[in-house]
Amino acid sequence: MKTLIKNGKVYDSKNGLTGKYDILIEGNKIFEINKEIENQGYEVIDAENKIIIPGLIDMHTHLREPGYEEKETVKTGCEAAAAGGFSAVAAMPNTKPIADNPAVVEHLKLKSEQAAVRVYPIGSITQDSKGKVLSEIGTLSNTGVKALSDDGNPVMNSEIMRRAMEYASAFELPIIDHCEDENLSQDGVMHEGYYSTIFGLKGIPAAAEEIMVARDIVLAEMTGIHLHIAHLSTEGSLNLVKEAKARGVNVSFEVTPHHLLLTDKIVGEYNPDTKVHPPLRSKRDKNILVEALKDGEIDVLATDHAPHTFEDKLGEFDYAAFGISGLETALGLIYHNFIKTEIIDWDDLLRMYYYKPGEILKIESEGLKPGARADLLIFNPEREWTIDKNNFKSKGKNTPFAGQKLSGKNELTFVGGKLVYDDRGGKNEILY
Amino acid sequence: MSLKRKDFLGLYDVSKEEINQILDTAVAMKDILTRSVKKVPTLRGKTVINLFYEPSTRTKFSFNLAAKRLSADVMGISKSSSSIAKGESLLDTAKTMEVMGADVVVIRHSAPGAAKFLAENISASVLNAGDGAHAHPTQALLDIYSIKEKLGDIAGLKVLIVGDISHSRVARSNIWGLNKLGAEVAVAGPQTLIPREIEKMGVKVYTDLDQALENVDVVNILRIQMERQESGLFPSIREYREIYGMNAERLERLGIKTVIMHPGPMNRGIEIESSVADSSQSVITEQVKNGVAIRMALLYLLAGREIDNENLN
Repeated sequence: MKTLIKNGKVYDSKNGLTGKYDILIEGNKIFEINKEIENQGYEVIDAENKIIIPGLIDMHTHLREPGYEEKETVKTGCEAAAAGGFSAVAAMPNTKPIADNPAVVEHLKLKSEQAAVRVYPIGSITQDSKGKVLSEIGTLSNTGVKALSDDGNPVMNSEIMRRAMEYASAFELPIIDHCEDENLSQDGVMHEGYYSTIFGLKGIPAAAEEIMVARDIVLAEMTGIHLHIAHLSTEGSLNLVKEAKARGVNVSFEVTPHHLLLTDKIVGEYNPDTKVHPPLRSKRDKNILVEALKDGEIDVLATDHAPHTFEDKLGEFDYAAFGISGLETALGLIYHNFIKTEIIDWDDLLRMYYYKPGEILKIESEGLKPGARADLLIFNPEREWTIDKNNFKSKGKNTPFAGQKLSGKNELTFVGGKLVYDDRGGKNEILY
Repeated sequence: MSLKRKDFLGLYDVSKEEINQILDTAVAMKDILTRSVKKVPTLRGKTVINLFYEPSTRTKFSFNLAAKRLSADVMGISKSSSSIAKGESLLDTAKTMEVMGADVVVIRHSAPGAAKFLAENISASVLNAGDGAHAHPTQALLDIYSIKEKLGDIAGLKVLIVGDISHSRVARSNIWGLNKLGAEVAVAGPQTLIPREIEKMGVKVYTDLDQALENVDVVNILRIQMERQESGLFPSIREYREIYGMNAERLERLGIKTVIMHPGPMNRGIEIESSVADSSQSVITEQVKNGVAIRMALLYLLAGREIDNENLN
């Protein structure tokens, strides 16, 4: 069966596409892209006034399965991804047990076969992410992990990190680095500054992140491995990475939508949905990240989708879990705040939310061209909507953006030629 | 006469007029405390619940006494002796108190924002008796009341707060309140116990106590917690006493008009020498008495919103 998407505005300049094109999908692949494709009895989707881009890749997602199925499952997490306009996610290894062995990775792969979007596993750097003994990195690589990370449990011992980088280099796996000096962050719950002072909450200094960014840049330089800094959030970290890049160090970094949009000031509402690692930073940090976005300096946008239960996020701020459920708001927020306002354009978005993640993880990301697999989304730039967490496909309703009104929304997601999400007319339906 | 708010959570968003209204009401309350029959029927039939998640002696006792002096039915719930110890959430505890018909819930909790969370989830008035390092508005108000009683108008007075500012809700609430009334506030202590960017709250910061003590009208000395030394925030108790302790020699340099305060409980011989605590300039015991008056004023203004002022007389 063939599907013809007609009259959509296509953005993918890497494949020479900017403007109105028809796209014909056959099976799981794109069959043809042309200015005008005649309907020969195909199933037709009218994309007049809609935008078509490759389905996004989120390289920082917590699917929580196995072990924390009350927070999220592979099924619900992938449905959330599909709804958000992602056709692939990379799953962080901090499940229970930790993905430090082939059994957990195989379990994830098995679950992913039934899921709405593609899932790429990430293995842990150290066994049980304890930072003491290296995981069986070679075996993990053979099982199909695309990167290594002890996300959420930073490797505090510099010697272990050095050996991990050296060892992993043989398997050409990037290290995705959660940079946090736990001696400095201690039991902090928000960014340290004026607002932590007046709210009486324990602060996490910017230095806790920056010291580890600096350390791991030095180690990456020494070992030659590809270091990818996860959820970079401070001006100091940005400067360190820029300096390192200028010296030729193989380092990249990602920024989350929430660090581009929110600051520590809103934590004063004591809303646990604003509690996240790294914490929402100062206005200055946020503005500098937005400048970097504008200047094309940000390598990757990533959600750090961290779903939690209602109870995990209920009550006293100090006791609440860290994390934001981000898959279903990321694209809408980025479009509304940065694309519509012309701070970036669609090709910038694709660079940060598709091509670069694909390159870092070494996964298929050819974009829109005949013969490539048909992973794409159809976005309605005119659609006015309000973020309603009760409509989330994710089990994690923990968003600080609830109630925000946005213009522009993903309406259709295709993965491998299959329509997996349909929100035309507000249907909000998963189809697979 | 009443406050135009359901809850009283901190001094950050309270106006100068509201502070003065509370202080004026406290004058009438203190008068009740000096009578031979120290009780009025003002809050008869009202229920006040003291919900204490943290150990407290004087604040809890003070709130209890304040509620009793106003004839409210008062009950205390503390962490160890209730379902809180069994892991009941603050939300469920709030719902329980709601159906029990609480009119005012007084809450002490180690987590900043806990009082606000409770206030958002219960229709009773919530009175913050200290939430982590965030706020302790009744302590600040009783401190301000005590200063006013001794020195008159707050505007223009120089108030120094000494000690562990980082972990102190008393310091924060005092700063908001005193600044609103026009005082000049400064803090002094080791840099490790002074929170980042506190200058933006409108205070001067000193790490040299002797320099800070020049020309002050009030010195408010905070309790130093022993565990701060254990977690490496200052080298030793001995050194703290030496460099930041309020001793007889420093007191003498201050002159006889300077008022000495301490929110209690004191570590005599550490942050404050006994000769200072018991000096004629010290208002430490008066602070305790004023605490009851301030809490009576706030309970009255919150719970007795519809009760006529005449009942006081």
